[in-house]
Amino acid sequence: MPELIAKSALDGQAPLTLGGVTLAEAAVGPITSIAVLPGGAKAVAKGLKPLGLAMPGPNSFAEKAAARILWTGRDQAFLIGVDAPALEGAAVTDQSDGWAVLALSGLGAADVLARLVPLDLRLSAFPVGRAVRSGLNHMNAVILRTGDYAFEIMVFRSMARTAWHEIAAAMEAVAARASLKS
Amino acid sequence: MRIDGKGLIDRTKPVRFRFDGKDYAGYKGDTLASALLANDVRLVGRSFKYHRPRGVLTAGSEEPNALVEVIGAKNQTPNVRATVQEVFEGLVAQSQNRMGSLRFDLLAVNDYLAPFLSAGFYYKTFMWPRAFWEGLYEPLIRRAAGLGSLSGKHDEGVYEKAFAFCDVLVIGSGPAGLMAALTAGRSGADVILAEESHSLGGRLLSDGGVIGGLPAGEWVAQVVAELQALPNVRIMLRTTVTGAYDHGTYGALERVGLHKSARPNLPRECFWRIVAGHTVLAAGALERPVAFEDNDRPGIMMASAVRTYLNRYGVSPGKRVTLFANTDAARATARDLMAAGVTVAGIIDPRPDAFSVEDCPVHVGAEVIGTRGRLGLSAITVRKGAETFEIETDCLAMSGGWNPTIHLTCHMNGRPRWSEDLAAFVPMEGAVPGLVAVGAANGSMSTHGALATGHAAALRMVDALGRKVSIDLPAAEDAPYQLRALWAVEGKGRAWLDFANDVTTKDVKQAAQEGFRSVEHMKRYTTQGMAPDQGKNSNVAALAVLADATGRGIAETGVTTFRPPYVPVSIAAMGAGGRAEGFAPQRFLTSDQASRDRGAPMIEAGLWYRPSYFPKPGESTWREACDREVTMVRQAVGVADVSTLGKIDIQGKDAGRFLDFVYTNTFSTLPVGRVRYGLMLREDGMVLDDGTSARLGEGHYLMTTTTAAAGLVMRHLDFVHQAFCADWQVRFISVTESWAQFAVAGPKARALVNSFLETPVELPFMGVAPVRIGGVNARLFRISFSGEEGYEIAVPTRYGEALFRDLVARAETMGGGPYGMEALNVLRIEKGFITHAEIHGRVTAHDIGMEKMVSAKKNCIGKEAATRPGLWGPEREQLVGLKAAEAISAGAHLFVPGTEVHRETDQGYVTSVGWSPTEGAWLALGFLKDGRARIGQKVRLVDHLRGIDVICEVCNPVFHDPEGEKLRA
Repeated sequence: MPELIAKSALDGQAPLTLGGVTLAEAAVGPITSIAVLPGGAKAVAKGLKPLGLAMPGPNSFAEKAAARILWTGRDQAFLIGVDAPALEGAAVTDQSDGWAVLALSGLGAADVLARLVPLDLRLSAFPVGRAVRSGLNHMNAVILRTGDYAFEIMVFRSMARTAWHEIAAAMEAVAARASLKS
Repeated sequence: MRIDGKGLIDRTKPVRFRFDGKDYAGYKGDTLASALLANDVRLVGRSFKYHRPRGVLTAGSEEPNALVEVIGAKNQTPNVRATVQEVFEGLVAQSQNRMGSLRFDLLAVNDYLAPFLSAGFYYKTFMWPRAFWEGLYEPLIRRAAGLGSLSGKHDEGVYEKAFAFCDVLVIGSGPAGLMAALTAGRSGADVILAEESHSLGGRLLSDGGVIGGLPAGEWVAQVVAELQALPNVRIMLRTTVTGAYDHGTYGALERVGLHKSARPNLPRECFWRIVAGHTVLAAGALERPVAFEDNDRPGIMMASAVRTYLNRYGVSPGKRVTLFANTDAARATARDLMAAGVTVAGIIDPRPDAFSVEDCPVHVGAEVIGTRGRLGLSAITVRKGAETFEIETDCLAMSGGWNPTIHLTCHMNGRPRWSEDLAAFVPMEGAVPGLVAVGAANGSMSTHGALATGHAAALRMVDALGRKVSIDLPAAEDAPYQLRALWAVEGKGRAWLDFANDVTTKDVKQAAQEGFRSVEHMKRYTTQGMAPDQGKNSNVAALAVLADATGRGIAETGVTTFRPPYVPVSIAAMGAGGRAEGFAPQRFLTSDQASRDRGAPMIEAGLWYRPSYFPKPGESTWREACDREVTMVRQAVGVADVSTLGKIDIQGKDAGRFLDFVYTNTFSTLPVGRVRYGLMLREDGMVLDDGTSARLGEGHYLMTTTTAAAGLVMRHLDFVHQAFCADWQVRFISVTESWAQFAVAGPKARALVNSFLETPVELPFMGVAPVRIGGVNARLFRISFSGEEGYEIAVPTRYGEALFRDLVARAETMGGGPYGMEALNVLRIEKGFITHAEIHGRVTAHDIGMEKMVSAKKNCIGKEAATRPGLWGPEREQLVGLKAAEAISAGAHLFVPGTEVHRETDQGYVTSVGWSPTEGAWLALGFLKDGRARIGQKVRLVDHLRGIDVICEVCNPVFHDPEGEKLRA
């Protein structure tokens, strides 16, 4: 039995840069869902401590070294980038293959997302470290602000191509608008 | 004609365009209307009903007459207002609503039939005989309805929709809007300034004047420069705010690329949803026409529009202009024209006490009572006291005063207030939470009034935002607004109120006479205000005429309801990105490319794309491929991607208890390493879904749902958990996307599966085990949806494509191969397995013969509700199999042979059908009244749609291997 070849959701898709905004598939490493069971909060906190992380508050994420912890719902978070430690008090489920992660960066990144996401993306309302479950046009998505001009967008893996297409179309429209000013 | 030295157009940039097949020249900064007027084109359209010649009436989005079609390479856009459309190099436009040429419109015959076409004509004429409704009247009415025409093709243009957020939204950029935007902008608040036209300034660009000691144009330029430099201010030109909605949300339409020839990827329009903390409505006011006989000829325009064309576009719409106006302010139009060297042939002012200082004939206490000129105005008739006389003129500028643009304030059910002083409706304060109307939109008609109210409103908002700003109010004219209301001039002929829908004062009076006294009834009876301009030019005058005809005051008569959108919004903009594939996300399997490589046509299953069948050379129909694939699975081995089935990982001490609660049968007793089929009911007792759940560990289950109900079941589990057992030790999450899963079925399935495993396993039927494949941790289930010995292999999704390709390649060496949805469907029909074709939401466990799966030992969701009378027993339609020698169809209905075929004798219906190569017959699943007791009997299957009428045998739904020996082999 030969080894099985692993492919990412958008395998072979080169990054796209338009109007100073770049879209690329991001490799974020393992994704593990941690769902705290009733009475399990203390045990989970203890288990996460060695990573320097704690369960994040609603609509936020936190990072420590290569590890990121992302709020995804009530009593639920995704641990990203590192293998999950042994955890008592929580249901732990591998989600690494369930998501496609797209990185969108550049000065106009928020303008591009404003075509698809019904959220207030102004830095004052959506600062770095904010993460929400919202809609990306017709898709469910988790949207993270990783920098003043950088976002990561998580969608169901099977919808990666639609997400890419829709973000790329928004980038094209934004870039075409910019050309009007000249 | 163009006037040298006037206007804000760029005379260094000439632009060529085409209208009705003829080439013209204009300048950058022109609208189509101004460029046509500059070329002395006065006739631009035909009226809706009477096909009367019509010219440009206004200079804004309220235009009722100058509606044209713009022809692009990919689009044909009807009802474009020439007063809004900017000219660009290569613009092609044509007039609409005509038969023949614009000058000789054959339908102009309607004008001679006018006595028969008055209000209510359609209602009275097309009543009888009834037999004419569909055949004659409907085509006739449809032929006459509508203005512009469409290309009949898909609109391939690019459209956009987008969201924006701000602290202060300023709607309109006249003196009030600019002052408000500047005040809020300087405070540091996030400001969006939306302006409908292509440059900021509003009426200041047309009216001039002095602000803070500067000519108005210079003041505007200064303010605009400062706003542009403020990073917190976003200026949105060519953007019309179209509607006010809950929570400070506004709809807005931006004309992004309509002023340019089409460019790749450049949106034509963008539909914005703007969410604002505070909103300043500085939309100004709309000048209103006066109704007098034949007041609709090309060349008769609003006085403010004439001034706009002169001062903003450097165009005089006529060579000998006359003015008919009832305000002092409107005299400025005549003065500006004379200053520009245009002859003003007379000012007609109905106010007997009006002043007379202009250097031209001024007729006070006089009225225009008639006009001449077939395709364009040539003369007007004036009545002054007992005397009447004619004045030769090619352009009459008219003004009956101003109506504040209050529309947005009424979008959330607010009713406007009648102001006797202004003879106009003004906004009710607080009608839209967070919105403050200022300037002319709120009845402050002077420049000073506009600046002061815009300034004051913005200051209050800045304060509410906790910010500070210091800004002086510049000085400006503060002339009082004096008018004597004049709605209609007495006369015998037709005097137009609604130019767009051809509604005259006579129609309104007739409506009142015939009992349509309510303004809403009058509107619908006459169609006044129902054209693309939505009565912007005519509403107030029409209801004034109605008030007069019914002997009531205007305030008592009231006004019709203002509804969004303020201007027409193309559906393409609101639905941007939603056409064709954009309608819904596409979900692709890891095997997608491999299936397409094999020529498989893909069919949609929910949002997923699944292979329908895998054609082989020599096969000319899908049936040939399907039959081969079914036989392949029954005799060798087949591989199918079943990753689309919903997978839910359920963990916790109470996981088994939770499954016992949502499934009808028991899962807490399921041994680790085993799989059980489960049935799930809705709260009302109907079947919600079915599927298998595997016990992976002591407190760890994996639930499988159908593809169709994956989201539904997840939502159901969330609801049950949150509503009924939030404190249980259970957590669950979808892992549908985490695993690629492949069914391997057939007598050679075990051999194929084992050839992949690092360590072959001997798995019992309904068993599950962790396995390793090519160095990857995988899961192996022994379950079957085909009736053959079957396995499902799950690997992390990243390995899905590789495993599928390997499985298929190796299956082919064993006489097997891939099979698609068609074969999968036939296999499960042969085996009597149900899908959502059967559990369609109206069937119970009893109906599908699974009542024994509802455990008597425990409670579950839907159990009690399913015992209600009428949900079980012989009167129910029960799942049966059907067998026929001829082709039958899903959707057909069942009858007792020999009885009549009608609704009352209906005995049931067919849900799934397929040709079974295994049984050599057509097989079906369906629901038949008391069906289980009728096995062995004959039924008559009738499908009127497809012309099928076949006698079938009622069978046990499990045709293939009813004892299940193959499954357990």
